[in-house]
Amino acid sequence: MLSIFGDVRLWEIVILSLQVSLSAVALATALGLPLGAAVAVGRFPGRRALVVLLNALMGLPPVVVGLMVYLLLSRAGPLGPLGLLFTPAAMVIAQTVLITPIIAALARQAIEDAWREYEEQLRSLGAGRMSAAMTLVWDTRFSLLTAVLAGLGRASAEVGAVMIVGGNIDGVTRVMTTTIALETSKGDLPLALGLGVVLIAIVLALNAAAMLVKEAAQRRYG
Amino acid sequence: MMLPLRMEAVSFLHVIQPTTLEIVAGPSTIILGANGAGKSVLMRLMHGLLQPSSGTMAWTAKGRQAMVFQRPVMLRRSALANVVYALEVAGVPDAHGPAMEALKEVGLAHLAHRPARILSGGEQQRLALARAWALHPEVLFLDEPTASLDPSAAREIESIIRAFDAAGTKIVMATHNFGQARRLADEVIYLHQGWVLERAPVEAFFSKPATAEAAAFIKGELPWA
Repeated sequence: MLSIFGDVRLWEIVILSLQVSLSAVALATALGLPLGAAVAVGRFPGRRALVVLLNALMGLPPVVVGLMVYLLLSRAGPLGPLGLLFTPAAMVIAQTVLITPIIAALARQAIEDAWREYEEQLRSLGAGRMSAAMTLVWDTRFSLLTAVLAGLGRASAEVGAVMIVGGNIDGVTRVMTTTIALETSKGDLPLALGLGVVLIAIVLALNAAAMLVKEAAQRRYG
Repeated sequence: MMLPLRMEAVSFLHVIQPTTLEIVAGPSTIILGANGAGKSVLMRLMHGLLQPSSGTMAWTAKGRQAMVFQRPVMLRRSALANVVYALEVAGVPDAHGPAMEALKEVGLAHLAHRPARILSGGEQQRLALARAWALHPEVLFLDEPTASLDPSAAREIESIIRAFDAAGTKIVMATHNFGQARRLADEVIYLHQGWVLERAPVEAFFSKPATAEAAAFIKGELPWA
């Protein structure tokens, strides 16, 4: 059973999974943090509806996201000419769509709570909304790290979206979760279990790290 | 000079009833009144944090003003960085030197590199005053700045407020601490249920209040008198 961890295939799959999910998290953070900050601090028509929408989208079913991205990227779809379907890039796109609302909604909550506390002080000092938003992002950076990690956890654990847009092609788009699904149905349990252990270890390690960082920051900065 | 500030029939919802006031440079003005009388709201209107529901507010010229709140809000960075931040927002270049000067002024130079949010309540309030001091405001609003502090911390805050006054900053402060009002005020504005009922020199206000409400307020607050 332990010999499975000496299998090169396993580690290739782990590395591809991390590449896809980390890329998606980087993109989703770049999109989601400014979006969350803007919704937290901004005043514009439809803001409340946007908050509800973001919160609702946190629960997007991965297979539905997969289907939508599939339709966009399929040969007849609007982005079909790019030829991205069944590539790791397609998987990054699908996971980005999946977790941007998660990061945006959690960031919105953290930044809005801080804004409630800081608003009078920052306005009194003469900070405009834009510079106030930047200040809040920096001041809530440790809470935002948790939001980003929640996105990473979701991305690395989902099957549906990457299965549909990646196609689970051996050596090309096969990631941990899709491999587990496939190998289990084929009866190759050692590989499935080995990947399951790696996946859980990664998720645990990330969350432990997040908690340690947050606690250290709390002690250090109050 | 940004003062005088002219308020013409200014009201705010049902909290502040139409008020016409002129805040002039010089005497320290203390706003007195029971909880819920509208002291905080009146100062926020003056400072511009709230917009009046009706009436007009006019400063004579543009100028710098600052406000210190009952509970200071500190950014998650060092004490020094908090003062530097205020200066940078105000557009002051090379903020580091003036920020350090301001910390010295309030006796916090030795804590300059401590994270601001882990300072004690009294230290945080002094830091809030340093942040204001660095800006050299023409007007300083203070909203019950010592309400949540112990007496010795409150004394330190009062002495810094006196230093502002000595440096020529106009003090406008809300309090319900009579001793503090007597120590710091030149004149008193008495608020009752959103109405400005009295405005008088501090000794006259306490010895000969002109309205029954103010008399009852003073008596209520000083049960031994």
